[in-house]
Amino acid sequence: MNDVAHTPLVEMRNIRVAFGGVHAVEDVSLDLYAGEVVGLVGGNGAGKSTLMRALSGARAPDSGEIDIDGRLASISNPRDAKAYGIETIYQTLALADNIDAAANLFLGRELTDRVGTLDDSAMESATRKVMTRLNPNFTAFKRPVKSLSGGQRQSVAIARAVHFNARILIMDEPTAALGPAETEQVRDLIRQLKQEGIGIFLVSHDIHDVFDLADRISVMYHGRIVGTVNKDDVTIDEVLGMIILGKPPTEVTQKELAELHG
Amino acid sequence: MAEAPGVRRDSVQQPASRTIRSLLASTEVDTRLLGMVGALAVIWIGFDLASGGLFLTPRNLWNLSVQSASIAIMATGMVLIIVSRNIDLSVGSLLGFLGYTMAMVQAVWIPTALGLGFNQPYTWILALLVGMAIGAAIGGLQGFIIAYGRVPSFIVTLGGFLVWRGLIFQYAQGQTIAPMDATYQLLGGGPTGALGDVGSWVIAALACAGIVYTIINSRRRRREYGFPVRPTWALVTVIGASCAAVIGAVWVSNNYLWPPALATQFALDRGITEPPGGLQIPVGIAYPVLLMIGVALVMTFMATRRRFGRYVFAIGGNPDAAELGGINVRRTITLTYVVMGILVAISAAVQTARLNAAVTNLGVQNELDVIAAAVIGGTSFSGGIGTIPGAVLGAVVMQSLRSGMVLLRVDSPTQDIVVGIVLVAAVGLDAVLRRRSAR
Ligand SMILES: Nc1ncnc2c1ncn2[C@@H]1O[C@H](COP(=O)(O)OP(=O)(O)OP(=O)(O)O)[C@@H](O)[C@H]1O
Ligand SMILES: [Mg+2]
Repeated sequence: MNDVAHTPLVEMRNIRVAFGGVHAVEDVSLDLYAGEVVGLVGGNGAGKSTLMRALSGARAPDSGEIDIDGRLASISNPRDAKAYGIETIYQTLALADNIDAAANLFLGRELTDRVGTLDDSAMESATRKVMTRLNPNFTAFKRPVKSLSGGQRQSVAIARAVHFNARILIMDEPTAALGPAETEQVRDLIRQLKQEGIGIFLVSHDIHDVFDLADRISVMYHGRIVGTVNKDDVTIDEVLGMIILGKPPTEVTQKELAELHG
Repeated sequence: MAEAPGVRRDSVQQPASRTIRSLLASTEVDTRLLGMVGALAVIWIGFDLASGGLFLTPRNLWNLSVQSASIAIMATGMVLIIVSRNIDLSVGSLLGFLGYTMAMVQAVWIPTALGLGFNQPYTWILALLVGMAIGAAIGGLQGFIIAYGRVPSFIVTLGGFLVWRGLIFQYAQGQTIAPMDATYQLLGGGPTGALGDVGSWVIAALACAGIVYTIINSRRRRREYGFPVRPTWALVTVIGASCAAVIGAVWVSNNYLWPPALATQFALDRGITEPPGGLQIPVGIAYPVLLMIGVALVMTFMATRRRFGRYVFAIGGNPDAAELGGINVRRTITLTYVVMGILVAISAAVQTARLNAAVTNLGVQNELDVIAAAVIGGTSFSGGIGTIPGAVLGAVVMQSLRSGMVLLRVDSPTQDIVVGIVLVAAVGLDAVLRRRSAR
């Protein structure tokens, strides 16, 4: 998997993003290979979403470079990112509340007939198809997504990301609002997508989820990467220590460890 | 203004209201729109009773349709602007400016400056096209400053409100320009500016055929995909009611006859001997009303069946989501103002043609009527919600109130007070109903 001979699908180098005086992301480098899940973890405000938004084109980084397939990519807006096959499930979901599931799923990429008239039936049909895979109980195809539950809305956001044959998938807290059955469905989906050779960034606060699904885990702390570890080489406690103390396991003293468990 | 009073009051008797509501739901008709039709019916019947039967006459209704046309045309554009969380305060001044420009084109530039003479067959369309092009350019400029310059639309169009009105005085020095080109005048309506009975029935037939085709076709497509479709009785009811409305409107228009003096003149001109009761010539649908219907159809199509409209609504629902979806938000916003500018030009043509002149206070306060029509028609200032047919109905409601009060000899300050209260009450009621239906 982490075959060095392979070029990574994504390589982010020295990414910086600042909001006024706040250095949300400081000199971060990260890569992702095809068929791999990289878990991105860290406390609230660590900079995970900001880093992912730089990759998805939501906010171009202030400095740094992104390579896709080993070639320098220029991603300055979401359209650019999609052109590279990058699909994103945003933590905020990014749905237009007043339109229905199909309209949201195809937002910006509507299906039309020859003269450019929207083909709502075709879009609804495709939406029904992808939703059966994600959330078979979903039936509210005709209602504005405002009237859906948090989990149903999340399903719509996930459906949008997986429908368009992404090569690189960014999932920022994809299961935060989902029930146990739906969460299991999304886990299966992630495994399946991984099998298909898609590279996935998984941002999650659920450390067990991350251990279950990820191949490598990158820990962020105050805008910086503390370290990137192979899942098989570390324990959950060690990763928790990295998240909370902001240091790699080797630098953590016995005293700090004791306090952590205190 | 959202639901017919009869429907609301049923909520006391739970089971009855539930069946009515589920029946309504299966017709898939917009209940808000239905409510507005109900409110309009109440207003019309109320005025008719109060005026001793003067309101519901073919003549009054025909006039009402013509008077509503120019505000309704602009209201369809205002819907898109308000839906995308912006506003346009400049439409009244822009209307004056474009009206003047079109008047100059036909009364000065074509005949005198270019030396082509008056009343050429192409004069009217040339004037209209020039107006629409300038309207699009000015709208585009305002939209560009709003979308790309990130200046709030309230400020930009408030500036436009002052600038375009000021420019009228700059280049007309307060003069009235008249008369208008003979063909151009037809755009304003009047007995001669209408389709006549045969033309009106042809339009009615086309409209009914269009309604049947659209509804059946969309049902067929849903069937093809195996989606649920509404029951046949609901389909028949919707088609029946829509066609009945079309036929009723045409029937009323055709029952309005040319005024006797005009009919006599017509008979003299054509060398026809008048029958004892005088010549009975049905007026039919007025051209400005036809124009308004055409505009409303095109705008509805753009709003619901084209990417542009989908984007406008998505932006209104969640601007960030629209941006992240890859929509070019700025270009879309700019386009809404281009469309608005074109519609203002069309309305300016209707108003100057009707007046047969361009005067300096042309379009004064129209921005308020247009915004009120859109809002009474269910467009929400919080963005993302609004319909074109609703706005057209809103314009008719506004004009019905005004013209009904004129019939009752209510003075103009009192009219303003009533319209102001109705506006606030309608939006307030709507907010309450919306909150209730959200629960
Ligand atoms: N649009 C913004 N404007 C200003 N500051 C921002 C903005 N977005 C993020 N920040 C700041 O950047 C830092 C990183 O935020 P980010 O959302 O990336 O954190 P996160 O790791 O995703 O946190 P969480 O786990 O809570 O989602 C925070 O300090 C936040 O306040
Ligand atoms: Mg986040």
